[in-house]
Amino acid sequence: MITIFTTASKYICLLLIVLYTYCNFRYLSIPDQEDANALCGWQFRMILLIHFLCNVILYLKTGETLTVLFYLLQLAFFIAFVFLSRAVYRNVNRLLLNNTCLFICYGLIMLERLSVNKAEKQFAIIVISAAVSMVIPYLIDKIWDMVGWRYIFAAIGIALLGMVFVIGATSYGAKMSISIGGFSFQASELVKITFVLCTAGMLSKAESFRDIVITSLIAGAHMLILVMCRDLGSALIFFLAYLVMLYVATGQKLYLFFGNVAACGAGVLSYFLFSHVRTRVFAWLDPWADIDNKGYQITQSLFAIGTGGFAGLGLYQGMPNKIPIVEKDFIISAISEEMGGLTAICLTLICLGCFMQMMIIATYMQSGFYKYVSVGLAIEYIVQVFLTIGGAVKFIPSTGVTLPFVSYGGSSLVSSFIVFAIIQALYIIQGNEDEAETEINEMAEDEAERELYGEADEPSEEYLDENYDANAVFDDIPEEYEDPEPDQGRGSRRRRRR
Amino acid sequence: MAIRKNKQSEQPDRNIKSSASSNKKSNRRILGMIYVFAFLFFGMIGYMVYFIGFQAEGLMGNPYNARMDVFNDRYVRGSILSADGQILARTDVDADGKETRVYPYGTLFAHAIGYSTKGKTGLESAANFYLMKSNQNPLFQVYNELTETKSQGDNVVSTLNLGLQQVAAKALGDRNGAVIAMEPSTGRILAMVSNPTYDPNTVVEDWSALTAESNTGGNLVNRATQGLYPPGSTFKIVMALEYMREHPGDWQNFQFDCDGEYVDPENEKYVVHCFDGEVHGTETLETAFANSCNSAFAKIGTEINKTKLRELAEALMFNQDLPIAISSSKSRFNVDSSSDTWTMMQSAIGQGTTMMSPLHNLLITAAIANGGVLKEPVMLDRVESVDGKTIQTFGDGAEQKLMSAEEASTIGGFMRKVVTVGTASKLRTDAYAAAGKTGSAEYTEGGKTKTDAWFTGFAPYDHPEIAVCVVVEDGETGGRTAAPIARAVFDYWLTERS
Repeated sequence: MITIFTTASKYICLLLIVLYTYCNFRYLSIPDQEDANALCGWQFRMILLIHFLCNVILYLKTGETLTVLFYLLQLAFFIAFVFLSRAVYRNVNRLLLNNTCLFICYGLIMLERLSVNKAEKQFAIIVISAAVSMVIPYLIDKIWDMVGWRYIFAAIGIALLGMVFVIGATSYGAKMSISIGGFSFQASELVKITFVLCTAGMLSKAESFRDIVITSLIAGAHMLILVMCRDLGSALIFFLAYLVMLYVATGQKLYLFFGNVAACGAGVLSYFLFSHVRTRVFAWLDPWADIDNKGYQITQSLFAIGTGGFAGLGLYQGMPNKIPIVEKDFIISAISEEMGGLTAICLTLICLGCFMQMMIIATYMQSGFYKYVSVGLAIEYIVQVFLTIGGAVKFIPSTGVTLPFVSYGGSSLVSSFIVFAIIQALYIIQGNEDEAETEINEMAEDEAERELYGEADEPSEEYLDENYDANAVFDDIPEEYEDPEPDQGRGSRRRRRR
Repeated sequence: MAIRKNKQSEQPDRNIKSSASSNKKSNRRILGMIYVFAFLFFGMIGYMVYFIGFQAEGLMGNPYNARMDVFNDRYVRGSILSADGQILARTDVDADGKETRVYPYGTLFAHAIGYSTKGKTGLESAANFYLMKSNQNPLFQVYNELTETKSQGDNVVSTLNLGLQQVAAKALGDRNGAVIAMEPSTGRILAMVSNPTYDPNTVVEDWSALTAESNTGGNLVNRATQGLYPPGSTFKIVMALEYMREHPGDWQNFQFDCDGEYVDPENEKYVVHCFDGEVHGTETLETAFANSCNSAFAKIGTEINKTKLRELAEALMFNQDLPIAISSSKSRFNVDSSSDTWTMMQSAIGQGTTMMSPLHNLLITAAIANGGVLKEPVMLDRVESVDGKTIQTFGDGAEQKLMSAEEASTIGGFMRKVVTVGTASKLRTDAYAAAGKTGSAEYTEGGKTKTDAWFTGFAPYDHPEIAVCVVVEDGETGGRTAAPIARAVFDYWLTERS
């Protein structure tokens, strides 16, 4: 009976994740905001169902009542996170919100299966980061002057990385983390954000070639320290983000070209300079030649993915713990092994969907600074995803970076939450501005039509929170807090296009 | 992708024209970046699909993949059959569901088939993936998964021939050594015998005795593929080929007067004797080869281009992994440009530090028999589901050109002469025309000089149907000890087999 349930659940989850992924891309092509939101509502239900089914399996396999309790806590978190976000910020992007939940859902299920202890720690950090990230859109709106902070961001970034270089602890050949009072954190995860903010600020203020040079020097300083720490994965992420931001800001294809040439040169150089780079390239080219040693991790990952096949072996039926540091760099292999290659592919596609959504949000931005910020963060995000998944499936040499929201690790989580919150902030701010503008123009006719529509048909729950208040420019947040149900009716009338 | 129309297009444009157009331009760049990364990701996902769908199968049988054990709970291990349909390994399930792996022929196929009860070796390891998979209707498999019924794993038909294996084992008797035979035109391994042997039925019980330090016999080692022996005169095949390559127009003019020994003119301590001090008189390259004249080849060794010889040896798979599915050892060839005269004189006659496995010698011989093209060895013919449906056929081995057709024909002619006028007189028969090369490699063990007796050859000379390599440890000479074993194998395959 238990087997019937676990096997059936396995296939249902596969079906759900495929459907979810379909919705994710369908969302991008729906012209109508309400329809898109309805789709997001369904997506969220799918997440909860996947989460439920997998947790039942976890419970059946472990028999621990703690599992049930943990499940309920997680469920409460998902619901609270999504509904609070939507209540506080009406114009929040629901697709990104859903995707965050989905990643966390898969991450927690896999971690709980690998090590309950780690899953619990992870969950605590998730709750805290989520709570903190809720404030970010408000903060960003208030400190409008982030552009003015650009040199401060640069100083923070370089100082943090410098600290890593001086007092950092070395793991797997690279200096990555500083530990303060027993807490160790990966500075590069946070500097990723200040780096983008600083570069975007510089670029938006840049007026001459001289400014570009200064910007490049600051970016170069970041990367140089990273290279000195031998954290080449992060250096690559920073570099590509910088390059694309520069390209979007200036439109100079030459920068892209020379940047890529420089990157290739640096890659070759690092191959000869750093032994751990050689090890990884070797393990990528022919891991089977030294399966006991250099190739061990990657071959175990390939065994996991290959043995799992498209459908997966089922939770607790594989041996993901055979892969060294599976919960961080190789979490996707564990997911692929037990929950199916199909799930891994869908997650990869959803990551790509997140990136597309971030880039599309960048195109909505009127201010250059916001545009560059979202482009920079989007590129950092997608490069990181590419490095970690590509490394796990041996598409590229492994670089030892984490999969945002899914992998175990506090710094990575906090940073992922902040990145998504910043993107949300930009989306919300722009949305509110648009509203204010359109409101001014349409105020008159709205006044006339208000009664007719507002009372005639009760809008369904689905877009309740999506309606907006004529007077609610973002500054009015506190008021809105008290009155989370703005006047109804307009949402169903005017289609906001975002 | 369809992007919901940017809202600035539908809202009153407050921006001055120029900023709107620069915004549009940078948006186009952002969209371009989306395409770049989408392209990268689809490449990666394509690779994942390819890996899981096609590449994984071949890798999963790897003995390092502990995950295959997961399938023990799902499938009853399939049987391994000989090419002529006899069961060589099967799993019996008793009334209580207890499974026993049975090897009906006991010690006969111990090394070729291997065992699966104490780790996995031989075909049990190479075919593991197929044996532990069931090719029934996928729906039926899901049904089995649900009802917790074990499915019967697929059967694997090997290329090994029962009759030939029995003949080879009988001819080798209880002497230590190996016999390995293959079809040159397809790469099919027909027989693989290694002595001393063990009984795979009781390998678990016998394990401590087999691996005890007092046991120096190395029963578990498959001498056919893993045993490394000095090649002795069989290495003259490589030397003759190298000489011909360095003297493309005039190797036919080679002449040497053999007085039973060759003394290096620069250092008279460097002396190589012909076997038993035999005096061969005036020889061409062909007769020197047929007589296995050490003196002539020692002289060639001093004259040859060392770098080119090393290149040829490596092209002939020395110091390389041999292309076979089961474990094998790399043959060793250490000559390089710094090798001194004595090393060259020794290496030329297959003494010194050169080491070679019987499989390797067989592969070179098979390539000569097949017009210079090696068909890489295959041991698996096809996979059948339990109801006899063919699931997959493996076909012939991949092709690898080791030498030109002309070179193969010349060396083949030399090898024919070895039988007609040279050292392999035991193979003279009217029934078929055999060709080959003998070798008697001397080594010292416990203060005594012993001889490893080699024969590697093929028959019939005109249309080779079988190539065989024999090595007998502590034998008399290749011609006296090894050639008769090859004779037995040829006789059975070419005349006695019905």
